[in-house]
Amino acid sequence: MNTQKMTFSSFIKTHWKTIVFLGLLLIGIALANEFADSYLRRILNLCAIYTIVSLGMNLVNGFTGQFSLGQAGFMAIGAYTVAIFTVPVEMRASVFYLEPMAPFLANIELPFIGALILGGIFSALVAFLIGYPCLRLRGDYLAIATLGFSEIIRIIFTNTQTITNGALGIKGIPTISNLWWTYGIALLVIIATILLVNSSYGRAFKSIREDEIAAEAMGIGLFKTKMTSFMIGAFFTGIAGGLFAALLGTVDPKQFYFTLTYNFLLIIVLGGMGSISGTIISSFIVTIGLEWLRFLDEPMAFGLDLPIFRPGFRMVIFSLLLMIIVLFYRKGLMGTNELTWDFIRKKIRSIQSRLGRKTSIDGGEKK
Amino acid sequence: MLKINNLQVAYGGIEAVKGIDLEVPDGKIVTLIGANGAGKSTTLRSIVNLVKAKSGSITYNGDELLGLDTTQIVDKGITLVPEGRHVFPDLTVLENLKIGAYMRKDNLEDDIKHIYSLFPRLEERSWQAAGTLSGGEQQMLAVGRAMMSKPKLLMMDEPSLGLAPLIVQGIFDIIKTLNDEGMTILLIEQNANMALKIADIAYVLETGKITRQGTGAELLADETIKEAYLGKSKKN
Repeated sequence: MNTQKMTFSSFIKTHWKTIVFLGLLLIGIALANEFADSYLRRILNLCAIYTIVSLGMNLVNGFTGQFSLGQAGFMAIGAYTVAIFTVPVEMRASVFYLEPMAPFLANIELPFIGALILGGIFSALVAFLIGYPCLRLRGDYLAIATLGFSEIIRIIFTNTQTITNGALGIKGIPTISNLWWTYGIALLVIIATILLVNSSYGRAFKSIREDEIAAEAMGIGLFKTKMTSFMIGAFFTGIAGGLFAALLGTVDPKQFYFTLTYNFLLIIVLGGMGSISGTIISSFIVTIGLEWLRFLDEPMAFGLDLPIFRPGFRMVIFSLLLMIIVLFYRKGLMGTNELTWDFIRKKIRSIQSRLGRKTSIDGGEKK
Repeated sequence: MLKINNLQVAYGGIEAVKGIDLEVPDGKIVTLIGANGAGKSTTLRSIVNLVKAKSGSITYNGDELLGLDTTQIVDKGITLVPEGRHVFPDLTVLENLKIGAYMRKDNLEDDIKHIYSLFPRLEERSWQAAGTLSGGEQQMLAVGRAMMSKPKLLMMDEPSLGLAPLIVQGIFDIIKTLNDEGMTILLIEQNANMALKIADIAYVLETGKITRQGTGAELLADETIKEAYLGKSKKN
């Protein structure tokens, strides 16, 4: 078993399907960028952003087995960092019209990518502060602390008028109008997550999820490893928050209620805790599903005037669909599996054999 | 050489280990036998700092271990195979082995090969989730995983727990093989008969105190030991 050196041609040969798939995806994004209307583009952008947040959350909840519920808070930090540092200096007086911006911030303007990364770093630092007391303990303390944190950060942002413009929110963030930013960063995050999960750090994450005692006996530092995972997750989420702010062009504290976190929790549970491809698939399903079911919110009548279709009804249907999925796919769509070409081949083969067996049984009965 | 001096461990107010002295010379098989609740597991766990000792000292080649993190202790070459195997159930056999080598950054191929040669069953099941293995195979995996950290001192907590006699024999054969390769072994067992047969040095632990010590053969021949741990009554 000597380590094979991958030559370029052998790399192409083993991964040609993936390369073709990625190529098609790029063409798809380019086409959507050119021809899709702004509504569709908005949804596609949201899909990518939700993918990033969910991957960050799955890294902590799915792979490391630590239950974190602070996603809305980490997103808020990233979003506000981008908002504060990218609104053009000359526009700030009109945005902060009730109280002027704090002087130490008023003249700092960063390029978008700089503000985005800074937002991620801030999120990771806050994650460190939360994790420092919580991750030393076993059990659900992290869930409680992160849930509380996400509410606290929202209230702080509502009240720091000179920094975040309080409840008025910040308008006039330079927006990103194409899909390349979100999809480019989503792709980077996906690649980073895949590399991380398959490295020795990734194995350490999974071993902590599986059995803390054994992991510790193998010499894995529980606190350090959990902290690494938690901070990387928060970094991704902060970046996604920044993209979110730049997509909408405006941020205000009410966007980051803790109910936002449940969207991501839903995505990772639906996709499979501990599956990267499952997370990506279910990010798209949930984001598009929430939009597509909007027709249920509008009044409709079947002969009789039954006013069941009213605002909020889509959530009832959505919850029902979820219950059905969770009943039949208890471990989520993918479990801890990944959608690889081998996985697809096996699935197709098992379906084929099942169909084949069915027909043969039918044939047997006729005789 | 691992040396334990006057080690005391307490859970809350309850003293589990009440001041024991123990020596594990390099290259030997040392066994600690005793009934349930005698403090065997506690002793082992406090050596790798999974349980905090109250007082006393544990030294390995002259270095004090008390106060070090588990990570640092594993780094010194002491690895514990925990009681009840504790394999990572949803990870594959190969992943389990690789986690055992977490502290090392060098090439693992040869060591994986070596473990597969000791346990051919693991090679057959290399891509299977560890949770789907039988009890005996899981124990082999737990031993293999611990070996991946290349320990100088391997500590085993009840490796025969819940296994069929034939499998237990296999596990003990492996312990002997490892010892012949130069590994020091500290073994705790309820299966005193098997443990004493392979042990160079044996200690008997009763309610937190060491009551007897000697070579394995000595204790095996001892009448009171026979009575208490080997299932022979006075009548026969």
